[in-house]
Amino acid sequence: MKRLTPYLLALPSWMWLAVFLVVPMAAMASVSLQTGNAIDGFAMTFSFSNYADALGRYSTQLVRSLWYGGLATVAMLVIGYPVAYWIAFKGGSRKSVYLFMLLLPFFVSFVLRTISWGFLLADDGVLFGTLKGWGLLPADFHVLATTVAVVGGLTYNFLPFMILPIYVALERVDPRVVEAAYDLYASRTAAFRRVVLPLSLPGVFAGVLMTFVPATADPVNAQVLGGTGNTMIGNIIQTEYLTNLNYPTASALSFTLMAVLLIGIFIYARALGTENVLEAAAR
Amino acid sequence: MSHLHDPAFLRGMTQPRTRREAFRIAGLSAAGLALAACGVQGQKAAPPKADAVKDYWAKQTKHGRVVFANWPEYMPEDQAPLKKFQSETGISYQYKEVIQENAEFFGKADPVLRAGQPLGYDIVVMTNGVQLQHMIQLGYCVALDHSKLPNFAANAGEAYKNRAYDPGSTYTIPYTSGVTGIAYNTKYVKDDITSIEALFDPKYKGRVGMMGDAQEIANFGMIALGVNPEKSTEADWKKAGEKLKAQRDAGIVRKYYDQSYIDAVSKGDVWVTMAWSGDVFQRQLAGEPVKFVVPEEGGTIWTDNMLIPKGAANPVDALMLMDYLYQPAVAAELDEFIQFVTPVPGVQDILKEKAAKAAGEDKKALEQMVASPLMFPSEADYAKLRTYTSLTTQQEQVFNPIFQSITQA
Repeated sequence: MKRLTPYLLALPSWMWLAVFLVVPMAAMASVSLQTGNAIDGFAMTFSFSNYADALGRYSTQLVRSLWYGGLATVAMLVIGYPVAYWIAFKGGSRKSVYLFMLLLPFFVSFVLRTISWGFLLADDGVLFGTLKGWGLLPADFHVLATTVAVVGGLTYNFLPFMILPIYVALERVDPRVVEAAYDLYASRTAAFRRVVLPLSLPGVFAGVLMTFVPATADPVNAQVLGGTGNTMIGNIIQTEYLTNLNYPTASALSFTLMAVLLIGIFIYARALGTENVLEAAAR
Repeated sequence: MSHLHDPAFLRGMTQPRTRREAFRIAGLSAAGLALAACGVQGQKAAPPKADAVKDYWAKQTKHGRVVFANWPEYMPEDQAPLKKFQSETGISYQYKEVIQENAEFFGKADPVLRAGQPLGYDIVVMTNGVQLQHMIQLGYCVALDHSKLPNFAANAGEAYKNRAYDPGSTYTIPYTSGVTGIAYNTKYVKDDITSIEALFDPKYKGRVGMMGDAQEIANFGMIALGVNPEKSTEADWKKAGEKLKAQRDAGIVRKYYDQSYIDAVSKGDVWVTMAWSGDVFQRQLAGEPVKFVVPEEGGTIWTDNMLIPKGAANPVDALMLMDYLYQPAVAAELDEFIQFVTPVPGVQDILKEKAAKAAGEDKKALEQMVASPLMFPSEADYAKLRTYTSLTTQQEQVFNPIFQSITQA
């Protein structure tokens, strides 16, 4: 019995994984190779051409999603790193207050926050209406229904998932290590570049993973903030599943997206030096 | 994704899942496993046999409760008609605003009904269109017992008894109808818009809203070409597709909207847009500078229908509530709030009488309603209105890509 105990304790998590990960994935993999329609039913025909068809029809949206996701991730890194750095090293005793303020907007639902941006950025809304009134912007200037709005929305919505891991990594940097760098005549830049930055890389790695993947697959921002040429792959998958009931195409697209993201992550992990990163993260 | 704007949906997103739901999800996963093994079964249903229908209803009894799933803003906030129903019949009700879009709702209901599990609702409201067609074809609707629907027989308008998508009202009876036309913001558009060509006018470049729904946008493309969508062919769809693509490529369309179009046109993000009648009327009463027209070339009329989903727990109670809503006085109370087109023609007279007795603001509002072609279309108005095209599954596979490749480029 004693020998079994750890396995029994792990059983709930295994069940969880089986029910919510393995079964859906297997089902989806199977459906992606079937043909038919929702009324007459789908049958397994090992139709690998589903993948070719789906990619042929929607490669534009897939590439666009990766591009938007990448742009948003870079923007989040540029904005998020200094914020995390500032809270970790200059936050003093009020660190938790700053962190709380950072998270506060996220007590509101994701969709609602995105819709709020629609109101803020309306052509004649609070911001642009006022600026146009002062003659600072041309009358037909608009941000909504453009790429800028979609990428901006993605950046805003996933920002905390970039900041928090970087903050955690920076927070763990021993100040004495930095002092040692100064003692050894490192300039502030050199101390940052050669000591702080390398130590924070695991956080950056985690942050990029936690933001790039959901940002690329997100359908909400394109739907709410985008215009005629901003459809992302998430929107297509949603339409194929719910409107067209074309389960095979939708499943094939989901798998393709997953594969592309996984390959991207592996390349990225290699480029950043996985061993290093994992070692650091495990400390 | 019209639900994006709906507080009920957002509320739903933040509610914790109940244990029963968790079990349902687990059940669905199991269904998923079965599906992985042997494909998805088709469930094409044959038309119901009269005997079977009779047998079904003979076995059902009144349970004293009913669960009504409907769209937002389709019931007065105090739920007065339902409360009255409860006090008159002793049937307690639950009213849930859980349907925000047909496709989305069907997408969620399909796996549950396919697995033979109950949806948890006794009445569901769906628009005539592809998804309702699927519900009927897949045998997801209970055939109605018309002997229990005396008010419907007595008070429904002829056009609402004979609907092409559900001949003989076998599975559905209408809840309300509405018109798809053009709305424009009078702050920015000073001309009177009368023609559908306004949506294609380069003058409004970047200020035109079109609907993302394939059927809606296809209808307007065809109406603009002078084609009757009800009699359209594949060649017509392609031509309409080309016209709509040219409209998009010329930068005239700002965005393909869901329910959010109404905010966009009220705020002035778009100036001219495809629109649903009742939405615009409600905004007008709120004092916003929007106006609704049915283009002279024609518009679309659609109907939201009540049905009893397969496996419903309380079909007798559901049928009683459906029929109750067809009492003219109840229908009038309902329509005064929702301001779409009621399937009960007697409502117009009742509201007229009420207007005669009322005073001040109320009187004005009621008089406006009675005179409104958006709520009580005339024969001439009806003649201009087209319905959605009925499509076979094969046709859908041609139709959808033509228009989705425009709205989701």
